[in-house]
Amino acid sequence: MAVITSLDALNAVKAKYIGDIELPADSGKTRIVVGRATCGDAAGAGPVFDQLKKDIDAKGLKEKVDLIATGCVGICQYEPVFEVYGCDGSRTTYVNMDAEKTAEVFESHIVGGKAVSKYTIGPVSEDSEAAALTDTEFYKLQRRIVLRNCGIIDPEKIEEYIARDGYKAIFKVLTEMKPEDVTKVMLDSGLRGRGGAGFPTGRKWQFAQASKGDKKYVCCNADEGDPGAFMDRAVLEGDPHAVIEAMTIAAYAIGSDEGYIYVRAEYPVAIKRLQIAIDQAKGYGLLGDNIFGTGFNFDLKLRLGAGAFVCGEETALMTSIEGKRGEPRPRPPFPAVKGLFGVPTILNNLETYANVAQIILKGAEWFSAMGTKPSDKGMGSTGTKVFALGGKISHTGLVEIPMGTPLSKVLNEVGGGVPDGKKFKAAQIGGPSGGCIPASQVDVEIDYDNLMSIGAMMGSGGLIVMDEDNCMVDIARYFLDFTVDESCGQCPPCRIGTQRMLELLDKIIAGNGEMEDLDKLNDLAGYIKDASLCGLGQTAPNPVLSTIRYFRDEYIAHIVDKKCPAHVCKDLLEFVIDPEKCIGCTLCKRSCPVNAISGETKKPHVIDRDKCIKCGACMTACRFGAISKH
Amino acid sequence: MENIKTVKVKVNGREIEVPSNYTVLEAARAAKVNIPTLCYLKDINEIGACRVCLTEVTGARGMVAACVYPVAEGMEIKTNTEKVRNARKLNLELVLSNHDMRCLSCSRSTTCELQTLCNEYGIQAGTFLNDNAKEVKHPIDDSSVAIIRDNNKCVLCRRCVAACATLQEIGVIGPNDRGYDTHIGSAYEMKLADTACVNCGQCIIYCPTAALYERDDTQKVFDAISDPTKHVAICCAPSVRATLGEAFGLAPGTDVEGKMVSAVRSLGFDAVYNMNLTADMTIVEEATELIDRIQNGGKLPMITSCSPGWIKYCEHYFPEFTENLSSCKSPQQMFGAIYKTYWAKKNNIDPKDIFFVSVIPCTAKKFEVGRENQSASGYPDVDVAITTRELASMITKVGIDFVNLEDEEFDAPFAMATGAGEIFGATGGVMEAALRTAAELILGGKFEKTDFEEVRGTDGIKHGRYKVGDLDVKVAVCSGTANAKKLLRAIEAGEDDSVFVEVMCCPGGCVNGGGQPYQPAVVRNNVNLPAVRASVLYGADSDNELRKSHENPALKLIYDEYLGEFGSEKAHHILHTSYVKRGLYKNIK
Amino acid sequence: MKKQPTTVPFRGTAEQEQQLLSVIEKYRGTKGAMMPILQEAQGIYGYLPVEVLKIIAEQTDTPMETIYGIVSFYSQFKLNYDGDITISICMGTACYVKGSADVLSEVASVLGVQPGATSSDGRYSLDATRCIGACGLAPVMIINGTVYGRVKKSEVAGILAKYKE
Ligand SMILES: Cc1cc2nc3c(=O)[nH]c(=O)nc-3n(C[C@H](O)[C@H](O)[C@H](O)COP(=O)(O)O)c2cc1C
Ligand code: SF4
Ligand code: SF4
Ligand code: SF4
Ligand code: SF4
Ligand code: SF4
Ligand code: SF4
Ligand code: SF4
Ligand code: SF4
Ligand code: FES
Ligand code: FES
Ligand code: FES
Repeated sequence: MAVITSLDALNAVKAKYIGDIELPADSGKTRIVVGRATCGDAAGAGPVFDQLKKDIDAKGLKEKVDLIATGCVGICQYEPVFEVYGCDGSRTTYVNMDAEKTAEVFESHIVGGKAVSKYTIGPVSEDSEAAALTDTEFYKLQRRIVLRNCGIIDPEKIEEYIARDGYKAIFKVLTEMKPEDVTKVMLDSGLRGRGGAGFPTGRKWQFAQASKGDKKYVCCNADEGDPGAFMDRAVLEGDPHAVIEAMTIAAYAIGSDEGYIYVRAEYPVAIKRLQIAIDQAKGYGLLGDNIFGTGFNFDLKLRLGAGAFVCGEETALMTSIEGKRGEPRPRPPFPAVKGLFGVPTILNNLETYANVAQIILKGAEWFSAMGTKPSDKGMGSTGTKVFALGGKISHTGLVEIPMGTPLSKVLNEVGGGVPDGKKFKAAQIGGPSGGCIPASQVDVEIDYDNLMSIGAMMGSGGLIVMDEDNCMVDIARYFLDFTVDESCGQCPPCRIGTQRMLELLDKIIAGNGEMEDLDKLNDLAGYIKDASLCGLGQTAPNPVLSTIRYFRDEYIAHIVDKKCPAHVCKDLLEFVIDPEKCIGCTLCKRSCPVNAISGETKKPHVIDRDKCIKCGACMTACRFGAISKH
Repeated sequence: MENIKTVKVKVNGREIEVPSNYTVLEAARAAKVNIPTLCYLKDINEIGACRVCLTEVTGARGMVAACVYPVAEGMEIKTNTEKVRNARKLNLELVLSNHDMRCLSCSRSTTCELQTLCNEYGIQAGTFLNDNAKEVKHPIDDSSVAIIRDNNKCVLCRRCVAACATLQEIGVIGPNDRGYDTHIGSAYEMKLADTACVNCGQCIIYCPTAALYERDDTQKVFDAISDPTKHVAICCAPSVRATLGEAFGLAPGTDVEGKMVSAVRSLGFDAVYNMNLTADMTIVEEATELIDRIQNGGKLPMITSCSPGWIKYCEHYFPEFTENLSSCKSPQQMFGAIYKTYWAKKNNIDPKDIFFVSVIPCTAKKFEVGRENQSASGYPDVDVAITTRELASMITKVGIDFVNLEDEEFDAPFAMATGAGEIFGATGGVMEAALRTAAELILGGKFEKTDFEEVRGTDGIKHGRYKVGDLDVKVAVCSGTANAKKLLRAIEAGEDDSVFVEVMCCPGGCVNGGGQPYQPAVVRNNVNLPAVRASVLYGADSDNELRKSHENPALKLIYDEYLGEFGSEKAHHILHTSYVKRGLYKNIK
Repeated sequence: MKKQPTTVPFRGTAEQEQQLLSVIEKYRGTKGAMMPILQEAQGIYGYLPVEVLKIIAEQTDTPMETIYGIVSFYSQFKLNYDGDITISICMGTACYVKGSADVLSEVASVLGVQPGATSSDGRYSLDATRCIGACGLAPVMIINGTVYGRVKKSEVAGILAKYKE
């Protein structure tokens, strides 16, 4: 590997490898790309990959067919997935594959040249046999900047990143721009932090730039603690160099020579690929000492989290890198003044960084043209946002949409709506710090300020859809239980306050709630938000507040009627056998673990309420739909 | 002063100009507005975690922790708003919902900072479910002979951790687990007695509540007093008279020697003595030992041995230095030893019938009384060591009107002391006393210098260099185990070539010992307590006609009648001891 | 959750100790190295008993309680040995709304092991974990590293059967 010290050398690498990705028409080659992010492998991409490899070898097609393990394609719903690119420009997306189907596709498509339409993602169009992801509704509304390389390139091969204009931005920065120019572009682009709070990235960098000090740090937050979000992992697994390049740009801008990426330890694949990427970048002289021969140095280290949500909070993340309990520190002093190891530091979310190189290359105007404009609600939000769509939605997966897109469009057009004919109830956004968006607000245009104004929050991008079968009191309790466990335990409002709120919710869910408990919850919530030391406590009550705000009826049903309308809360449930429907087959009686059911053969059975532990076994057992819960 | 910029801020509407490096708390204080604090200890615990000091300021979201929030030009600070009042109240109510609120039977009642706050803010208990009211949630750790931990009264302010880990750099206790389960504990929830805790009690004097306290030995003393077969004597350590008054509401820095003697006598002791005498004895023995080591190639530097916290620290953390320790017992042990041998024989009392009590500023002495090789008469030199606080509680218990007592004097012949013995209680005091004597013993005549200013003051590490005849005597003094660590490492590395070293376990010396009266954080943050208390001792020293230990007539009498020469074999047998090398973790292979 | 130190006697080997010492050596001089040291130590021993922390404490000149404070803070660090078969159920949001709580209780009842515990024969350990990032496959169960997606309560017994002796 020769060290790259000029644009020409970089372009030479690009020229050499671009043909691997964009197959020249006369090459006669085929490129097969298998989604091998964590979720792909989890769904069984390994055997699919192995099958392809075996077939290529068996048929002696090594020269003609390139087999690539790529990162996240974004369509978890359809995993395992692979895509076939032909040198005619065709793209075919095969979904829900297994080894057997793969062999069939190989025979027909790769060897025989005929796509197997029954396994492709969508309806085959008239003029082509193939159906590609890019043709689907799921894809059309999306705009891929952060995910531009995900699912396309081989993340373990730096040359493919370079072929897609990788490391051009850092070259431009080092050779054409002053540090002030870089921060100005960032500021003008309007990019706001994707880690949750939406702080303008350019301004953050300017603060650190202005801080005096020989030593400064650049950190990347890839702790991705929000349960239900996985975009950071997808980028790390699919396009790790994007982060490395962006952090180097940031380092130049603020005058730093050392950085840390703090990654969740639960992401072994991401960690592995990131380490490979760092080593490769160092090999080309694109990271480390004397980058591009300009004399600029930047060293990058990996640190693994160890399972503490609070370490996503910026000061806690830094105490954790310092090798201590991940306890937040009071601010000010802000990290830009006194951060990691006591020196000026910037910390950005991984998705934030993933935008940077593109902004440098294409300009601030290009970026700020996407999204919402400043309004009386706030400064507006530019660019795109990646969401991890999950829960009760037809197409789960990773989607990147321009800011300002109405939530309803995301749910219905991109996400394909709620499955099984169920009714949409709410979407939880922003994880444990966020709030729920009820059906009445579903047209909200997604941006930081709009979400804030309806009591939710962008968060890091977990978007969990709930239908009529989800109980909102239960969901609020779920999030609170999470924060109680994840609180660092330093300050009483958060450590004790959230526990007391949890006890109040437990009381309500157990059927012992009183109306004044709602007031108590409100008071405590307000106080915890105002009084807590860090963002965890300051936002922990949000899920409770937003569910009380939008689903007060449901709370009242629990408290006054002692009913859980969604039939989730066990203590409020009652299993009943309809004597009209029961034929006395005794199946339920035999399945009940506590002998709560009595009845003679061929006569209607009855459930003893006092004995029943509400396990639901009888309901599953009954073939006649005679048992229901109320 | 020119360099420090100032800013204008408003505190509850009143404008005031303060240095720009002030916190909101300091600015409010300057404006005569009190903001309550709980976790805040200046310089050693600035974590902003307890949220008791919440205040509204312009430009911040929510409320801010005044103790750590810096002021800024034009800032408006509001402490008197509905929001602030409610927040403080709710905060305390939450803390109480997780607190064992048995104030009536609590050792900290009336000195407890949490109790004071709750009284001030009119807290109603029972607003929230209390999971600590009925059952004992955390087992009480009473494994240690000196320090008891009761997490049921802990508010997690972490002041003890600041004391143990930050100040003393020992760190045998700290926060464990997280979230609602967070609690103070030792590694693997070991018992304190199984750790390398040195019993310094610094954690106790910094704890705002009764989550940490010393083992109460006062009942043993009362029992002995009531026992007609016992001869019960007590001796009072140098620094107790400088602090006891604080326990009765007198200002720090009040000398209450006379009242103390009177009060102790009223408790019913058969004899009340002045430990300053054996402080002098320690000095003459130690000076003799030092000269011997210098002249005969003994292990140097020689390090003082009168602080049992330091001794245990050395044995755990620097076992290779145990041979540097002077073999002298501490003044407390010397007193008991002399009393149960010389005095018992002289007065025909069977040492088994003597119950010897010492009152000391120190929790570590509770461990010292049980050490091996501390029983010159065949019986423990000292039976019970009680702290200044315990003495105060005994005085209160029997209804003595302490502040209005007339002064009285110690019993003869152990009343007499020199100024050198007085200053034992302050860091540098032992060194200064020893130098006064050593110099003259070396010269065999008068040494021109009596005040050794270089080793005075509350700095952590001090050095002095003196020319005594043709001897160049380099000395070092340190207090607090963190400083001891630093000094010993320098000695190890050959960067410090002192021949004589004084180490006191507690920062500032015994005046700041772990058994001294409680002072709330607000006093500790704003008063240099060790210095103020030490001023009593230095005052008494300069007022004393006798300034040198070897000139003490009572001391001379004991040597003439019983011990012989300084450093004689008999003196060694009775007044010296030995040390052990201890591992850091008792129960691990 | 409150961590409970193990009661099982330590069975570390001289070889493991050597590995640990070289890990510590590798990080000497590295700022803030305690976390990676602990992570690698757990990699070597599978958990972090007092005997291991003692070595780390002595070698890094750190009070053992300071390290224990760190170990007990992060959920990744374990004070107990895992069973041969470790089963984790994701309780992340996506999984939860799709019923992972039911899956968890089903596994618990099939194996007779409570979440966070190891079965008395030392064979199975059951854990409720945070999101593993495979939310698209919710609800997710992981057995010895193999990920099972879209698990239905009714499938649990069948999946577990594969892991019987
Ligand atoms: C409790 C808590 C958890 C957080 N978790 C994350 C996280 O997992 N990932 C992240 O990027 N930011 C997280 N944040 C936000 C970070 O503190 C920080 O604001 C962000 O990383 C800054 O980067 P940005 O400006 O690019 O968004 C969290 C904040 C809090 C209060
Ligand atoms: S708010 Fe919660 S997480 Fe943040 S410092 Fe306080 S206790 Fe810790
Ligand atoms: S009614 Fe029951 S199931 Fe529904 S939200 Fe409330 S607690 Fe949950
Ligand atoms: S729900 Fe369970 S316990 Fe209740 S009757 Fe049905 S089977 Fe029995
Ligand atoms: S299983 Fe259904 S039909 Fe059969 S006895 Fe039970 S309730 Fe009746
Ligand atoms: S510690 Fe304080 S508040 Fe608690 S019981 Fe004792 S005196 Fe009362
Ligand atoms: S007595 Fe001293 S060593 Fe022991 S826990 Fe308290 S502060 Fe630490
Ligand atoms: S033991 Fe005392 S000083 Fe330590 S945290 Fe608890 S209340 Fe604070
Ligand atoms: S310095 Fe004094 S109070 Fe502190 S341990 Fe030593 S002798 Fe006791
Ligand atoms: S395909 Fe599942 S996250 Fe990418
Ligand atoms: S937070 Fe200020 S005193 Fe505790
Ligand atoms: S919520 Fe289960 S994998 Fe993310």
